[in-house]
Amino acid sequence: MEKRCADARVKGVSTGTTILAAIFDGGVVIGSDSRASMGGEYVSSKTINKVIQVHDRIFCCMAGSLADAQAVTKAAKFHLSFHSVQMETPPLVVAAASILRELCYKNKEELQAGFITAGWDKKKGPQVYVVSLGGMLISQPVTIGGSGSTYIYGYVDAKYKPNMSRDECLQFATNALALAMGRDNVSGGVAHLVVITETGAEHVVVPGDKLPKFHDE
Amino acid sequence: MNKLSPLHDKIYCALSGSAADAQTIAEIVNYQLDVHSTEIGEDPQVRSAATLVRNISYKYKEELSAHLIVAGWDRRDGGQVFATLNGLLTRQPFAIGGSGSSYVYGFVDAEYRRGMSKEECQQFVVNTLSLAMNRDGSSGGVAYIVTIDEQGTEEKVILGNDLPTFVDQ
Repeated sequence: MEKRCADARVKGVSTGTTILAAIFDGGVVIGSDSRASMGGEYVSSKTINKVIQVHDRIFCCMAGSLADAQAVTKAAKFHLSFHSVQMETPPLVVAAASILRELCYKNKEELQAGFITAGWDKKKGPQVYVVSLGGMLISQPVTIGGSGSTYIYGYVDAKYKPNMSRDECLQFATNALALAMGRDNVSGGVAHLVVITETGAEHVVVPGDKLPKFHDE
Repeated sequence: MNKLSPLHDKIYCALSGSAADAQTIAEIVNYQLDVHSTEIGEDPQVRSAATLVRNISYKYKEELSAHLIVAGWDRRDGGQVFATLNGLLTRQPFAIGGSGSSYVYGFVDAEYRRGMSKEECQQFVVNTLSLAMNRDGSSGGVAYIVTIDEQGTEEKVILGNDLPTFVDQ
């Protein structure tokens, strides 16, 4: 018993999690589950929001150690607002992603956090960037992350189509999160989704009982 | 390597984990099932085959590292699928296993429907295998499919370039 408690203390609060982002025609959907767990045994929060706003039309999702992710996003928010004041225009999504990447890469020994950054800017429209654990930055049309993501690689590969409509993409994201939460014990709770388009950002929260059910439920 | 091994005319098993362990279990159960079916004088039930597999998996749990999915058709209960992971025997509408299975849990949960026709089910299986092979480094090559029903058993091989393709980033 003591050994297991000690393990949880050592591992800290982690966002065993499922996060995803997908581009549709005219915008991007970014979403996550809402469970925070300690050592894989205790759910420390059922309703944590892992989708963080770093600017008006730029959001990012965190995976890995919750403490590291919060510290990095706080620093990134500061750098980004400073940068956007200096440039006198809203920041580009790639700027936000690069700032996160710099922080992750320079501190790769101490940090254990990965991010998905998604947003809309005037130059390139809707974009999704992935910053991995070691600090690699790549752009993709659709991406998934976190421990729950292994279970939905097949589903995302099969079901994602470029240029979906907003509603199709929202349904795709909700389904993918529901499937991952159904199989991964450290993902769960509600589905937090944010739809970002030229006109702004809209939050959609899908509570557990309204999530789509599949054949065995 | 063909990972589908016959246990009886209308009962097959799918091997995963250590190839040597899995093949040995399949051969032993093949023999035991022959003896059993001679003793009872008729075709064995799928449940019997699965139980024999489970008995070996459970007894030698510490030494073996293999997961066999047993599936087949018998007169009593029609088409059945049994999973025997770690010595637990459960009957399920469908089962997936092996290293590539983690990636397709979401897909099979979403796409499986009870009461599919034979062709729909074959397409579902081929799609699932193809998606898993795309993502899992330890899976690949060709797809072997065996369809078992009242009329008989049909073995099919689908080559790499005939597999369905999906959106590739």
